[in-house]
Amino acid sequence: MMKCKQATQMLSEKLDRPLSAKEKIALTMHTAICTPCRQFGKQMEDIRAMSKSYAKKKESDRD
Amino acid sequence: MTNMNLAVEMEPSAASHVFHDTAFIDELRLQMLKFATLQVRDSQLAEDAVQEAMLSAYQNIDRFARQAAFKTWVFSILKNKIIDLLRKEKRHTSASQLEEGPNLSGDALIEHLFEENGHWQKDERPKKWDQPDHGVENAHFWKVFDACLNALPAKYGRLFMMREFLEMDTSEICHNEDVSVSSLNVTLYRARLRLRECLEDHWFQKETAT
Repeated sequence: MMKCKQATQMLSEKLDRPLSAKEKIALTMHTAICTPCRQFGKQMEDIRAMSKSYAKKKESDRD
Repeated sequence: MTNMNLAVEMEPSAASHVFHDTAFIDELRLQMLKFATLQVRDSQLAEDAVQEAMLSAYQNIDRFARQAAFKTWVFSILKNKIIDLLRKEKRHTSASQLEEGPNLSGDALIEHLFEENGHWQKDERPKKWDQPDHGVENAHFWKVFDACLNALPAKYGRLFMMREFLEMDTSEICHNEDVSVSSLNVTLYRARLRLRECLEDHWFQKETAT
């Protein structure tokens, strides 16, 4: 069974590379029963979205 | 230039046409400026560094053929300019704003967040982030975000910026920074872990506490 420590790393790596089928299954099983990791996964995506807005903002700050 | 291995044998005239591709150059300039501004935190200095890097690239253009290699190469010139700048200027960061509280990173942070058995420490379990208005218009949020970004260890910050702001792909970053794919992925994980912790401590938890 995947632990939170590995799950959080998978949730980050998901943004950088396609996960293998095996990893996807293990991660889905873990997040199905683990609310904190589910939140963590959402927050990883939030951070990506924030970074996008931040970079855009920097661009428009210059104009 | 240090990255001689990137050089591709070719006709000088074929390489300089890169500079005539206005759309490509504009896009590249913008990316460089973003990159430089985030690192030197001074738009004028950043502008100068980009200008110098572009000029240097133009003067040495006969070494380059492919646009992908060109981009990597120009960024390596820019990086050297930025390093020079950072050496000259004492870097001013707002990291001091975040001094209170543990500012752990890497293994220490992982140990702090997780129990030995790999589960979350009770107090550290991520809770839902309420986002009243962390929108672009909320200047205070972006100040916190900025400070958290600054507080990242230098290596985390650089790789994180390359991935998230410059949107460079894995092979490009690994080639540029001379790191393995797995080491890049682990560093990005740690950077996000650290950034998440910082945002939670200084923005999201604070919001709900008041």
